[in-house]
Amino acid sequence: MLKNRIIPCLDVKNGRVVKGINFVDLKDAGDPVEQAKIYSDGGADEICFLDITASNENRDTIYDVVEKTSKKCFVPLTVGGGVRNIEDINKLLNCGADKVSINTAAVENSKVVIDSSKKFGSQCIVVAIDAKKNGDKWEVFTHGGRNNSGIDALEYAEQMEKNGAGELLVTSMDRDGTQVGYDIDLMSGISSRVNIPVIASGGVGNLDHLVDGIKLGKASAVLAASIFHYGKHSVKEAKDYLDSKGIPVRI
Amino acid sequence: MNVTIVDYKSGNISSVINSFREVAKEKVTIEVTSDLNKIKSSDKVVLPGQGSFKSCVDALSEIKGLTDTLNEFVINYKKPLLGICVGLQMFADVGYEEIETKGLGWISGKVSKIDNQNGKYKLPHIGWNQINIVKDSKIFKDIENNSHMYFVHSYEFVPNDKKVISATTDYSSNIVCSVEKENIFGTQFHPEKSDRIGLKIIDNFISL
Repeated sequence: MLKNRIIPCLDVKNGRVVKGINFVDLKDAGDPVEQAKIYSDGGADEICFLDITASNENRDTIYDVVEKTSKKCFVPLTVGGGVRNIEDINKLLNCGADKVSINTAAVENSKVVIDSSKKFGSQCIVVAIDAKKNGDKWEVFTHGGRNNSGIDALEYAEQMEKNGAGELLVTSMDRDGTQVGYDIDLMSGISSRVNIPVIASGGVGNLDHLVDGIKLGKASAVLAASIFHYGKHSVKEAKDYLDSKGIPVRI
Repeated sequence: MNVTIVDYKSGNISSVINSFREVAKEKVTIEVTSDLNKIKSSDKVVLPGQGSFKSCVDALSEIKGLTDTLNEFVINYKKPLLGICVGLQMFADVGYEEIETKGLGWISGKVSKIDNQNGKYKLPHIGWNQINIVKDSKIFKDIENNSHMYFVHSYEFVPNDKKVISATTDYSSNIVCSVEKENIFGTQFHPEKSDRIGLKIIDNFISL
């Protein structure tokens, strides 16, 4: 039976982890490689890096991070943030990323997803959808949540599946950082309209939220950042909890 | 001893390279090449594969003499080869992804789309699934039945002779996820992405 995945996400800026696990025995709390290794040793089903480096001159730092991580972690590694074109995707894959997540570029130029999924295969193309509720619908935002594209998120999700995305990483902008739980209606709305896996993101504050994301949100995988930070919960605790709620996980 | 990972410009093979180097350490040389002479003289060959069946077969054919060299390695010399994902699928006579495409024909059978039962099952089949070991395979030494492996695929290999099947996985139906036929080994899952247990399979192959 296929298991639901738990994916810890690390925000990386200028090659350093911004919010990370604060373990006492950690030699360098800002080292993304060491943090990723802790997650994979702890049973993470996948690791996600989100590069939030703002300036262009420091963009290359992520390649070095990915290269080092992929030599130490032998679970899938997804990298997103600032991916603009086929060249960026190619570079990340060559450094050892298994999947690349595309956000703004997928909205601005549909060819990026179409061409990259043909060139590299759908299995490594994740389209990240940042969505915010507006009335009775959700709209897709770009540029790290700064710009409203006005595009309907549910229709966009269907279009991305047609364009060749292998998975959708759906983040509720309303919930991100609030720790009140995923936007279940958004997750289940998208998941029921597409036939590719949906990764739920944005808003996790406790382990019940992970359960809801899968059971109610119909997500194939749940991504979380802050609950794993500062040792609030380990990946193993999360998995044991999901298991106790009857959700199939890899233990 | 040396193990060659065939680099035929089909998708991303850095994870395969990293995992084999991690396992091999100093005891085994891991070559990554499409050089025909190097492939011929290696002790073992790994055939990775990402993207579609057609794109992988096309990429193999792009390199002049590569298919013949692999045939010679596998059929004449009978040296061990491990196919991963589409690398395994290409063992078949024919694949139906995009368009009907001839495979390597080492293990008689076809590659067709997984039946998603009218949308009941999402495709690609992405994530960790358990393998059901149905035959003693050399690459499963010390691997427990029902171990989790990482999968990413929408197509499945359906061999004619069921005796070659060494493991299946349950997704929509019993999908063939590992085969062994004499010196030919293949996994539909990605041992290079399947954590320690996956590295053990790689170690088993290297240690054959």
